[in-house]
Amino acid sequence: MISNTGNNSRSTGQVSAALVQLRQMHGNLIVTEQVTCDGMPTVWIERQSIDIVLRALRDETTPRFEMLFDLTAIDERLRSNRDGQPDSEFTVVYHLMSFSGNCDFRIKVALQDSDLSIPSIVRLWPNANWYEREAWDMFGIQFDGHPNLCRIVLPPTWKGHALRKEHPARATEMEPFTLDDDQLDYEQEALKFKPEDWGMKRESENSEFMFLNLGPNHPSVHGAFRIALQLDGEILVDAVPDIGYHHRGAEKMGERQSWHTYIPYTDRIDYLGGVLNNLPYVMAVEKMAGIEVPERVKVIRVMLCEMFRICSHLLFYGTFAQDVGQLSPIFYMFVERERIFNIIESICGARMHPGWFRIGGVAQDLPNGWEKRIQELLDFMPARLDEYDSMVMNNGILKRRTQGVGVYDTKEALNWGVTGAGLRATGLEWDFRKQRPYSGYENFDFDVPIAVNGDSYDRCAIRVEEMRQSLRIIKQCMDNMPSGHYKSDHPLTTPPRKENTMQDIETLINHFLSVSWGPVIPPNEVTMAVEATKGINSYYLVSDGSTTSYRTRIRTPSFAHLQMIPEISRGFMVADLIAIIASIDFVMADVDR
Amino acid sequence: MTFEVGSGLSIGVILATVILVAAMLIWVERRLLSFWQERLGPNRVGPFGLLQVVADMIKIFTKEDWVPPFADKFSFVLAPAIIMTVILMSFSVVPFAPGVGVVDSNIGVLFVLAMASLGAYSVMLAGLSSDNKYALLGALRAAAQMISYEVFMGISILGVVALSGTFNLREIVLAQEENGWYVIPQFIGFVIFLIAGVAESHRLPFDIPEAEQEICAGYHTEYSGMKFGMFFVGEYLGLVLIASLITVLFFGGWLGPAFLPPIVWFSLKAFAFIAFFILLRAAIPRPRYDQLMSYGWLFLLPVSLLNLLITGAIILSTS
Repeated sequence: MISNTGNNSRSTGQVSAALVQLRQMHGNLIVTEQVTCDGMPTVWIERQSIDIVLRALRDETTPRFEMLFDLTAIDERLRSNRDGQPDSEFTVVYHLMSFSGNCDFRIKVALQDSDLSIPSIVRLWPNANWYEREAWDMFGIQFDGHPNLCRIVLPPTWKGHALRKEHPARATEMEPFTLDDDQLDYEQEALKFKPEDWGMKRESENSEFMFLNLGPNHPSVHGAFRIALQLDGEILVDAVPDIGYHHRGAEKMGERQSWHTYIPYTDRIDYLGGVLNNLPYVMAVEKMAGIEVPERVKVIRVMLCEMFRICSHLLFYGTFAQDVGQLSPIFYMFVERERIFNIIESICGARMHPGWFRIGGVAQDLPNGWEKRIQELLDFMPARLDEYDSMVMNNGILKRRTQGVGVYDTKEALNWGVTGAGLRATGLEWDFRKQRPYSGYENFDFDVPIAVNGDSYDRCAIRVEEMRQSLRIIKQCMDNMPSGHYKSDHPLTTPPRKENTMQDIETLINHFLSVSWGPVIPPNEVTMAVEATKGINSYYLVSDGSTTSYRTRIRTPSFAHLQMIPEISRGFMVADLIAIIASIDFVMADVDR
Repeated sequence: MTFEVGSGLSIGVILATVILVAAMLIWVERRLLSFWQERLGPNRVGPFGLLQVVADMIKIFTKEDWVPPFADKFSFVLAPAIIMTVILMSFSVVPFAPGVGVVDSNIGVLFVLAMASLGAYSVMLAGLSSDNKYALLGALRAAAQMISYEVFMGISILGVVALSGTFNLREIVLAQEENGWYVIPQFIGFVIFLIAGVAESHRLPFDIPEAEQEICAGYHTEYSGMKFGMFFVGEYLGLVLIASLITVLFFGGWLGPAFLPPIVWFSLKAFAFIAFFILLRAAIPRPRYDQLMSYGWLFLLPVSLLNLLITGAIILSTS
């Protein structure tokens, strides 16, 4: 296997500690162990022992695994390279994360199509709720004991389970779409919110509740997102977030696009993150291909990522102020964002979705005079950020609207899978860039801001400070840009370097195949994560030794964050709910994929 | 027909001017906001975008004026008419300049307050008759907010009334000719009236009944076409009214150095306050509904009562 450089290098030692303990405690329950190129311990178990093993990893091992980072499934029926893995038609994959030990653990359970069921783990981790619903929605896997196993991403009337291999991936493989009046009524009826399904009462002892449909089109739900509210007057009794209106089947598309042509799709996952979305994907593919990228590529990538982080945070900052009724900041911040986009455009040629990273490098070298443009950014930003502090963060009304609203502590955050600024606002100093440096972040000098109250105001304050830290990183990138090539000299780099193609035939053939068919990535599995704009974004890729991915799993931070909304907004007023939603910083594309 | 207080001509001219000014405010507000927000605003239609208002009006008049089938039709139609009527009625007692006005009423101040109270019905009826949950929330908020802030509004101008000894707005202006502008002795009253005025006309930061980010458009969510237009222009009329009243009550109305005619002084002062209200909208976030209520009852009410008490004591001791 390829050496464990990069993402999980620090964690390998500690992970095996947990694995050793698990072998001692429940060795009889382990069916087999699998080796993956990311070095993450991967253990196959039987479905009846899922509760015992996960509970042991959560409570008994050192380090403990506090977070259910991801839960997903793989349709294995068409996969040919499964050496040493137990016979399985559908594999459920649990990805646990330890913050105390800074390591990961992967549990797999083999299931057969004839008996697709597995015990639910909602009792262990509340955030398993949505992940299990998603796995049911996409694969038809039954989770026994789940409180309300219904579709989550696809419409409630959908036929079939979209990520199964037999489900068509293109509209052209399906019947032409029609919607007559009867069907329209049927679809509308299916969308109607029925409180009883969610265990809600229609009235209390002394009042009747109002059920308010906030969204999918509402000025402050930041996209097509719906929350059904149970209100007593203006007080929120309970809420049910309803997602899926922005679903584009990004994971399914990963199975039909070549490794290279999928890059632009990743841009649009968190559509405010730009190339920051490319990074975990290309790093994952590079890991499987065994590509080491040159230092210059790493620094260019970091620089662009931090610029996009600032852009995304600026938009968050403006909309946050706007959602508590302050009209102007968003316009100032758009001016700023526009200036940064101009710089990004002069480097990448595009603004919001450059799709600029490549497997093994970036698309082009930096243009002549790029330092001047970056210096521009470093000159104008700090003063403007200070100005915004006095305008937004120090505003008395804004403080009264957001302080103490939507509070959660570190334990709750870990239980619900919260990452990013929302986690750091509770006082846990945990930034992926610091804890598990990737793409050379260990060479940069920057601080990880934290706050202690875990309320809406703190979540905003963290992001404001992060913008200043990003500026520091960008300055270091500019001052220490290594020389070298912008692409790795590796046969799987896509598109490969062209210099030698006219000299020898082997290189020419390789170049031709790589550009026309796309690279063939050796069979393997890998998880690669980055600190994205909104939290930890990770790609779990399964390669079956072909030009396309066998399974592309995108774990996005916003999905987990939205699930938590009812938990942190009960008892508040409608206006507070808006402040809470604003402070989460999500885009629906990132939630629904 | 002569142009004097109460003549048909002057009623017609004032009515037309007030509505025209309110409509032009749509353009003024958008341009001023964009000026403060580093953007251009409407500048395409006509010189400086001045004809934007005409374009907006054409659009609003030709739009489908839809009454939702589930709404209570009678009150749904009545509601926007009420707001326009009561605010225009309030203008009848405003003394714009010597000889310019509709009536010289001895109960001018009370009349304005009475009309403002009726205005609350418009908002409540709109919200309730729409049979829409957002509209209902908006109406509830509006009812609480408008009724509360009327109280402080009324109490805050009693100081002026006590000082001038009259409810007649024209005489209040004349009284300021001798005593100086009432903003100086009644500064607290002025501030409270200003705040209550913003709350009454429910504009940002006190646009809680129609808080876009929270409840879409609040009480007028279901309105479209000219009925929405009436709420829209009604809001600007309310803005002009509050600015005019501040000018009359605290800033000496049409009084000013003689190099400009009185009506120009009045307009300048009123416009300054309108611009101030627009600036407020650009600058301040919106408090929460319960915060606004407790701010009113726990802070504004005691302060305005204290202000009245002290004013009364001073008047007694000096006379």
